[in-house]
Amino acid sequence: MSINATPTGADVAADETSEATGQRATVPTQRGGRRKPPLSENKKAERRLGLLLCAPAALVMIAVTAYPIIYSVWLSLQRFDLRFPDQREFIGLENYVTVLTNEFWWTAFGVTTLITVVTVAVELVLGMGLAIIMHRTLVGRGLVRTSALIPYGIVTVVAAFSWRYAWTPGTGYLADLFSDGAPLTERASSLAIIMLAEIWKTTPFMALLLMAGLALVPEDLLKAASTDGATAWQKFTKVMLPVMKPAILVALLFRTLDAFRVFDNIFVLTAGGNETSSVSMLAYNNLIRGLNLGIGSTMSVLIFITVAIIAFVFVKLFGTAAPGSDDGERR
Amino acid sequence: MAVETTTRAKLRWGLLDVLVVVFALVPVLWIASLSFKTPATLTDGNFIPREWTLDNYRTIFDTDQFVRALVNSIGIALIATLIAVVLGAMAAYAISRLDFPGKKLLVGVSLLIAMFPQVSLVSPLFEIERQLKIFDTWLGLILPYITFALPLAIYTLSAFFKQIPWDLEKAAKMDGATQGQAFRRVIAPLAAPGLFTTAILVFIFCWNDFLFAISLTSTERSRTVPAALSFFTGASQFEDPTGAICAAAVVITVPIILFVLFFQRRIVSGLTSGAVKG
Repeated sequence: MSINATPTGADVAADETSEATGQRATVPTQRGGRRKPPLSENKKAERRLGLLLCAPAALVMIAVTAYPIIYSVWLSLQRFDLRFPDQREFIGLENYVTVLTNEFWWTAFGVTTLITVVTVAVELVLGMGLAIIMHRTLVGRGLVRTSALIPYGIVTVVAAFSWRYAWTPGTGYLADLFSDGAPLTERASSLAIIMLAEIWKTTPFMALLLMAGLALVPEDLLKAASTDGATAWQKFTKVMLPVMKPAILVALLFRTLDAFRVFDNIFVLTAGGNETSSVSMLAYNNLIRGLNLGIGSTMSVLIFITVAIIAFVFVKLFGTAAPGSDDGERR
Repeated sequence: MAVETTTRAKLRWGLLDVLVVVFALVPVLWIASLSFKTPATLTDGNFIPREWTLDNYRTIFDTDQFVRALVNSIGIALIATLIAVVLGAMAAYAISRLDFPGKKLLVGVSLLIAMFPQVSLVSPLFEIERQLKIFDTWLGLILPYITFALPLAIYTLSAFFKQIPWDLEKAAKMDGATQGQAFRRVIAPLAAPGLFTTAILVFIFCWNDFLFAISLTSTERSRTVPAALSFFTGASQFEDPTGAICAAAVVITVPIILFVLFFQRRIVSGLTSGAVKG
């Protein structure tokens, strides 16, 4: 593997802030005029090796995602119920009409949106607090970081069971907190518990992404602000937040899309009862419980489209680092 | 922030630390506590068991259902991790060191997959895997795990690889080392921590999965522990499975706790240097 990698070292020194590979791909082009034919033997070999090394990863990723999603679009245009396989036929957009006029779908959509908005908002605030504690605490930094990683690492289903038993009347230590009986049998309290479980599990991840942004805040700037008599709050809003903005947006984007997939906690806590199903839960029920591939696939496609729209809005409206762009890797 | 290291500041931070630790640990301690309770005291609502027992652990290790699921979980997660790290390392090496067309595209695609709603894949994969006869097999789970772990592996490893002083390799060769020696003695030791950290993150991801595990399996043949937990019935049909579920939950939490205890620094650096949750 004797590859001429002179630009790499130079790049790192040249622009420490941009960790993006996108950058690296373009910079050498300008410098050495590499794209211009004829390529030297060395360069050709480098390109070949690069493609060869990436091929397996790219192939697996495309085979397991791109092909199925296209196949899923195809399935969504058919009446296809595994219990009645002989009724399978092409029906155009009929499944979409069925789903989009179905009240369960919109209830699930509402629940998913509510959970996403509330948990991400709460996590941003708590995550910021946790990030600051992990970054700045004067005592027990290792202890705090280790503890915070436990919710991140723990299996979601395990945590969900812990919350379920905690709120089960008789068994749980939290069940009697609010006097009105079984919290997991009522809609509002169930949703609140689902959100609590989500927030507990993913706040540390949010905090770690934010901590990466915190590390970029220059100490000198904070000191200067202190000498100028800035309060802690002023330092936070005027110095830290602007520097952290890219990290915050990326954290928000990833958490929003992740929250929108909420499934494990709902499955264990309520199994979707009392209208607490998320869209993922509903798609799963139609597919695995109902064995209705047509409707299940239609929901899959609709969820995919929704997620794409959310990502698009983040990238276009808020200027979150676009996938593969210069900032794509910073977080 | 020129915080003076006075006792008061320390005390304040200490209090916040305690708050975080309690917040993070209570649910874990609770499920552990339940797993040690006897059937008689299981529903007393006490946070700390009044009577301790290991019976729940004996029960689960006596049933085939759990042992089989544990073997599946470990096997599937290890194989998927190994493959994802190897493929990820190859791609990350190319991304961080080589100039080739399509690099940007690969980075973009991995980012898209990291954000992909997994449930959208459940129905097509269910159907495709049934046709390919890999439904309810290890391979049927390993494939999607590798796919969703790859973006995580590629990002984390690229970030690590960019920090490696590759010039050392050249220096070693100038000093008379062969290509193989230079790689083995100089580069491999430098890259090992990054590979190891990535492997931990990928393993946690595979270990954690629930959606694929319940959708793409139908029997004990390939069901992993998180999926098996939701089918637990206890030693007999009529027994309350709570104790058994909690014991099983604790068993699969142990590796996570060990990782976190021993490799906290690595995990934090891996996640903050360029990781995406899969």
